[in-house]
Amino acid sequence: MLQADLNIIAPEIILSVYAMLALIFAVYTKKDALAGLLIWTTAALFTGLAIWIGMSGSGENIAFDGMFVDDGFARFAKVVILLSAAAILLMGKDYMERRNMARFEYPLLVALSVVGMMVMVSAGDLMSLYMGLELQSLALYVVASMRRDSIKSTEAGLKYFVLGALSSGILLYGASLVYGYAGTTGFAGIVMAAGNGQVSLGMLFGLVFVISGLAFKVSAVPFHMWTPDVYEGAPSPITAFFATAPKVAAMGLFARVLFDAFGGVIGDWQQIIALLSVLSMFLGAIAAIGQTDIKRLMAYSSIAHMGFALMGLAAGTAFGVQALLIYMTIYVTMNIGTFAFIISMEKDGRPVTDIKSLSMLSKREPGKALAMLILLFSLAGVPPLVGFFGKFYVLRAAYDAGLAWLAIAGVIASVIGAFYYLRIVFYIYFGEETDALDKGKSPILWGFLMASAVIMLVGVVNLFGIETIAANAAATLVN
Amino acid sequence: MTLVVLAFYMFAISTLLGGLMTVISRNPVHSVLWLILAFLSAAGLFVLLGAEFVAMLLIIVYVGAVAVLFLFVVMMLDVDFAELKAEMARYMPLALLIGVVVLMQLGIAIGAWEVAETAEAARGAVTPEDVTNTAALGLLLYDKYFLLFQLSGLILLVAMIGAILLTLRHRKDIKRQNVLQQMWRDPAEAMENIDVKPGQGL
Repeated sequence: MLQADLNIIAPEIILSVYAMLALIFAVYTKKDALAGLLIWTTAALFTGLAIWIGMSGSGENIAFDGMFVDDGFARFAKVVILLSAAAILLMGKDYMERRNMARFEYPLLVALSVVGMMVMVSAGDLMSLYMGLELQSLALYVVASMRRDSIKSTEAGLKYFVLGALSSGILLYGASLVYGYAGTTGFAGIVMAAGNGQVSLGMLFGLVFVISGLAFKVSAVPFHMWTPDVYEGAPSPITAFFATAPKVAAMGLFARVLFDAFGGVIGDWQQIIALLSVLSMFLGAIAAIGQTDIKRLMAYSSIAHMGFALMGLAAGTAFGVQALLIYMTIYVTMNIGTFAFIISMEKDGRPVTDIKSLSMLSKREPGKALAMLILLFSLAGVPPLVGFFGKFYVLRAAYDAGLAWLAIAGVIASVIGAFYYLRIVFYIYFGEETDALDKGKSPILWGFLMASAVIMLVGVVNLFGIETIAANAAATLVN
Repeated sequence: MTLVVLAFYMFAISTLLGGLMTVISRNPVHSVLWLILAFLSAAGLFVLLGAEFVAMLLIIVYVGAVAVLFLFVVMMLDVDFAELKAEMARYMPLALLIGVVVLMQLGIAIGAWEVAETAEAARGAVTPEDVTNTAALGLLLYDKYFLLFQLSGLILLVAMIGAILLTLRHRKDIKRQNVLQQMWRDPAEAMENIDVKPGQGL
């Protein structure tokens, strides 16, 4: 019984045991001198686990009385989480080492937070949901404030922690109301209790509180206030991490709660998600216009992107979940490329994040400028690129589900949002001549930037077959 | 029966009073003392529910450790609470408005509280039968909720790593005690006999 359960959570066990052993090993030997090595091994382990999870599992395996669900949806999300976390770790290695921030705890905290994310997307119970969420968030709070001598970094960590604790409180309160109505915290039990489409007011309140707590984690408006400050304050590689894997995990968790636990009352949550989606898209698009710091700009960009992803969720159909998965995968790929560029931005060895410093980059480094142009167009959703297909899928999902107004709002927000991406392109190609940025020396960053840009171009052919994989994954969640 | 009801109301009222006074009392030390009252009354409520083990845990852990720790922190930190309160007062009207709205909504929801037909059975299903509630907790914690128990362990580990990572500083300019070195010193090399001539220094 226990043996079978343990087999199902084997990837999570391997990762946590690795983190604990590596921690002890590093403490008793060379400590921070091992940070570089640990980053490599952690990234290799992530990649190995991603391949294993992607290749092996089939069907739906339920462990620990339904607390942990390993199905196609979970596996899809886990592969994206693991691969993006591995990419971000490698991208940040050089940056962290040169700035004396390569503490050996950093890769291990990332590994533990990835364990939390894997539990999140596999959660089948309100309690395991909360445990996964806390494990993930707690590690993120720590890495956000890791540069403890910088006021901005500690402020980012503290803000993230206080607001995160508040949102966890809201989520827990909602969970207790749901438990009060359903008498169980298991998703299977909740969906039975709410099965006939008629839920009590108390359950509805619980649902709203749970959604609010989760909306905070994906930084959807009106729970987005922490995002720009945390993105700006945290060191760039850590900001890159915040913008990718945790977002996928939180979205996966969102979809899992809404479909597994509240799949019988789609009408009740659809309008809430649609509202969150519209607000996020517009606020993300409009507030980003005035930004001069590229990390703050990416924060607003991520808010807008979460709005689009929520649109897929709001559709409440299997196609909507497929669109969500495709959108998140494309979003993560684009962000890895963009952040590879942001991490490499520095002047005289110090990181710069001012947009104006990119002026006339095209003259000095035409290759990087072109890659950045492609990525920014893709982020804006300009038609021939892959980013457009992500938007196209969620818009179609919303339209098919009868939310035509939401799809139209999405198109308008997307047009507004295109402005600030194009503004960066303008600086890169037509800006005024200023002090040149240092030429990036890291081949890893260059590789990720170019690979991501090439994917945006080549992926147009068939999206690398992700469409059918996502469709199968979505089918296991919505049935 | 009436005694139980009376006890319930006593504990319930003192829990609420404790919670309220924690928030509004001016002196932070008083706040902590009121918080202890709230914990104690909540423990009383647990006893009435038949959950003696949890009640005792609440007293041992929360009153015995957490609240005392709070007390130390409050007394040792030099925080100007009056200034904080003044800052709070600026937002008080808005906060009160939102609080009242949420309270009324919750009042409506809880006033018309109903449970699913399956709820009663679902709630009873997890509780092991014919054991004391300490044994029942053990059965649940180490068997049914094994995964959650281990995950909480990981969360605590992360908290510990975080605390060390963010606060520990290795200072290079201070002298540290090296026990082995101390033990291996022998008088022959630690001491030196010098014959100092009268009228001369070293």
